Amino acid sequence: MADIRLFITVNRTPYAMVLDDPRVTLLDLLRERLHLTGTKKGCDRGQCGACTVLVDGRRVNSCLCLAASLDGAAVETIEGLAQDGVLHPVQAAFIEHDALQCGFCTPGQIMSAIGLLREGQTGADPERVREAMSGNICRCGAYAGITAAVLDAMSLSDRTHLSHDREGRAA
Amino acid sequence: MNHFEYIRVGSVAEAALAASTPGAAFLAAGTNLLDLMKGGVSRPGRLVDVMRIPGLGEIERLPDGALRIGALVRNSDLAHDTKFAQRYPMVAEALLSAASAQLRNAATTGGNLMQRTRCSYFYDTAGACNKREPGAGCGAAGGETRSHAILGWSAQCIATHPSDFCVPLVALDAIVEIDGRDGRREVALEAFHCLPGDTPQIETVLQPGELIVAVRLPTDAAAFAPHARYVKVRDRTSYAFAVVSAAAALRMEGGQIAAARVALGGVALKPWRARAAEACLAGKQGGAGIFREAATAALAEAAPSGDNAYKIELARRVIVRALTLAAAGTPARMPALPASVFAHSMGATLHG
Repeated sequence: MADIRLFITVNRTPYAMVLDDPRVTLLDLLRERLHLTGTKKGCDRGQCGACTVLVDGRRVNSCLCLAASLDGAAVETIEGLAQDGVLHPVQAAFIEHDALQCGFCTPGQIMSAIGLLREGQTGADPERVREAMSGNICRCGAYAGITAAVLDAMSLSDRTHLSHDREGRAA
Repeated sequence: MNHFEYIRVGSVAEAALAASTPGAAFLAAGTNLLDLMKGGVSRPGRLVDVMRIPGLGEIERLPDGALRIGALVRNSDLAHDTKFAQRYPMVAEALLSAASAQLRNAATTGGNLMQRTRCSYFYDTAGACNKREPGAGCGAAGGETRSHAILGWSAQCIATHPSDFCVPLVALDAIVEIDGRDGRREVALEAFHCLPGDTPQIETVLQPGELIVAVRLPTDAAAFAPHARYVKVRDRTSYAFAVVSAAAALRMEGGQIAAARVALGGVALKPWRARAAEACLAGKQGGAGIFREAATAALAEAAPSGDNAYKIELARRVIVRALTLAAAGTPARMPALPASVFAHSMGATLHG
């Protein structure tokens, strides 16, 4: 089998890679080749959401993406969120709301929540937030905290955008 | 997962040629195919990645008012396209009732039509399945058949087609545009999937190397927009396949039903158009009695394939519910729980 060349950006770092096996999923590329083990392998079949990452800004199940098909893509994982030791607002909201117990599903929950905020489809309706987060299963049942954390992060991000707008207009 | 050759193609002609080899399969997002390969259910020797073919990712309104959805348009992009959701609301509702946000962000229009059954015996390589291995027998027959077919099944296969998207599409007379080595052709979606008969391994009318390039909604499909709903009964409120679902659409004129469209999901190995129900409704005034009559007509030929007779009455009731909601009018905003029987029609919160 011929090697497959792959250019992929992960957390703003570009990688030129050669895949010796076409079967490598994005999840396995992250965990086994780039040693970014924050993204979790739960079911490995697209059912649990623990492997959720953003590909070109959209949340997807990395276990169901062939790495070979992602030539040129930009991937964001849990490791890329905190900047200079400051947590991403969604990470901070998860801690604030105790939105986890064992923590295994948490990186996927957080990446999914960031995807949800970017999609902008739910508004502040908890029912819509729960529905939009239904692709992320939490065995410990921390859903109440997760929903509260997502809503809180949404309200913070709305306020931040508002203040940016004001600054923009003032300037 | 078996080893395979990975080929990325840049044109339909290249794709058709590369996929004409026995054992080759097209790869789009892979949300179903990779799952099947991980389970050893599908073992293609070659994957032909079609995602980079230009021109297949557009949603186009045609001069005659028809709509052409490129095969590579992602489910979420289609459902959230405002104009699309306004003109074909029950299609958007069906899309948003399916899978999860992550899967909808990846899964494509063509891939949705091509998804395989979720029959657990098809997935279990330790058991018999005529679809996986022609002549092997059907493990589902006499097995756990709660979710299996009640229409169009055969002694060889009692599986169902899992798509939500296809149900309102078939109700709206969608057309599948196909391209391949012998040129372009079109097939009505209603005739695209094959019932199992004696050849359950043949699932669609596609020939080797043929690729879905678009799905088209004809001009009159948008006329149903004011009265069109999708209702899906499932084991969980979200992120579950349909036990039974129904798409119902009414074109109203002067308080009467000028035309009706009804289709069922989760009941057969294809999205099931209920033309007998439509005939009952045409020219009538809507109401509980006529909706029940239409539902009865839709299931006239239904028969349990095992321990699933309950699905026949459930399907009747889902049709009545979908027609009742459609008659009440398409909600201005997508319900918080799309297609759910627990959704308040105004989208209000039910669970506190």
